[in-house]
Amino acid sequence: MSEAILTNPSALTDPWSVPLSELDPSQPAVFQTDRQFEIFDRLRREDPVHYHEQGLFGPYWSITKFNDIMTIDKDHKRFSSDAGITLNERQADFTTPNFISMDPPKHDVQRKAVTGVVAPMNLAKMEPIIRQRAANILDSLPIGERFNWVDAVSVELTTQMLATLFDFPFEDRRKLTYWSDMATSSELAGGPTPEADRRAALLECLEYFQRLWVAREGVAPEVGIDLISMMANNPDTQNMDPMEYLGNLILLIVGGNDTTRNSITGGVLFLNQNPDQYAKLKADPSLITSMVPEIIRYQTPLTYMRRTALEDVELSGKTIKKGDKLAMWYISGNRDEEVIERPNDFIIDRANPRHHLSFGFGIHRCMGNRLAEMQLRLLWEEILTRFDYIEVVGEPERVQSSFVRGYSDLPVILHAK
Amino acid sequence: MPSVKFIEHNGTEHVIDGNNGDSLMVIATSNLVPGIDADCGGECSCATCHILVDDAWVGKLAPATETEESMLDLNPDREPNSRLSCQIPMSDELDGIVVNLPEFQY
Repeated sequence: MSEAILTNPSALTDPWSVPLSELDPSQPAVFQTDRQFEIFDRLRREDPVHYHEQGLFGPYWSITKFNDIMTIDKDHKRFSSDAGITLNERQADFTTPNFISMDPPKHDVQRKAVTGVVAPMNLAKMEPIIRQRAANILDSLPIGERFNWVDAVSVELTTQMLATLFDFPFEDRRKLTYWSDMATSSELAGGPTPEADRRAALLECLEYFQRLWVAREGVAPEVGIDLISMMANNPDTQNMDPMEYLGNLILLIVGGNDTTRNSITGGVLFLNQNPDQYAKLKADPSLITSMVPEIIRYQTPLTYMRRTALEDVELSGKTIKKGDKLAMWYISGNRDEEVIERPNDFIIDRANPRHHLSFGFGIHRCMGNRLAEMQLRLLWEEILTRFDYIEVVGEPERVQSSFVRGYSDLPVILHAK
Repeated sequence: MPSVKFIEHNGTEHVIDGNNGDSLMVIATSNLVPGIDADCGGECSCATCHILVDDAWVGKLAPATETEESMLDLNPDREPNSRLSCQIPMSDELDGIVVNLPEFQY
């Protein structure tokens, strides 16, 4: 399946020269080759609420303008998450329910059970830990030698953070990365991983976490930042069946991992593509504060979220029918010139930089947004005190997905101060 | 023009005149009162304009809509007097209202 997708000609031809009906941004090859922006530019201009009859995962609507996306994201009563948040359909014999794929009231109680983990008081406790870890990772890197930034820094730092949130055995932390990658890369979602392998990996994940759950049942978390203890000891989540536990684990693992990881890599890439911005940052490190949300906008690590219409809805002159699925393309809304000034430019001192769609809006808005921003901020503070320049020395390798906008390789050379 | 008093978490007070109809969020952000992020720009969909309304004024406000309730509910530090400032339009009846800003926005 993956080869068929990669060689699909409509994914790779000039998006302005084919009929609109042939454009399908749900094709992973579009993102793997970084061709998505022209497609979305055209959709926003010519048909911002567009029905794709021949989508890779069946017919669906593309919502591409900022304000239309906001309208749908806010309207959880008519646009449900209950059928899933990605365009590929669920497998009836292997469903992993989790609160991002639920509607109220169940969504609300499950989210509340874990949201305290990122309460400001906990973030304050985590800050020195994250800073120290970022420092340790950066201090271990070679100077003047080519290496893969993704694996050495982006994956390592986010995985360490995730291990802390779960109080997960530190020496096994790369299992979290592995499970996260397997969870989002199924061939059924257009990725490279055979579905059977994905299921096997996720069941291994469940088995591992069930041992941790049993050990923590009835034991109050000592520092208050352990997601497993929180779920095992909250009346609203302590009776989840195993597949629901697995579903919520995967949600928290992917949510806390892939997104921050790819924003860490994206930041290095964007500063290299925009040397004037890199120079501005070095001259004034206080710009990190506004650079961080700008990186998250510019990267848009999750390209879309899916909704399913629960009734017929008029939107921008189109009728979305009950049962239709929609992709709210955050990555397109984040480049909407009607809402964001010079949207295609990476500007680290932008006014109002947090006005972007990458975290979503409404009741499903990312609960880890402030933690993600903090991780990026601390990492960049530590980078600027150590290195004169992180030089990108080759093309990035991008992952095969239309949902996760990510990198597997970014070759860099560090230059000492 | 009616006025509003914003009290930062550290105690700093800002007394600001606002136009009738402007939300407390708009009045705060357009006067550079720190402590209100308002990421969504006033759409009642991010909950980063959270305020704690002084008890004497809570009863004078229109009750929160279902949408505001659902957004407030996302906040683990929600208090009985928590509101979203983008959902409170200024009016003559609210002249002198006092609101406290939380230590952090989510």
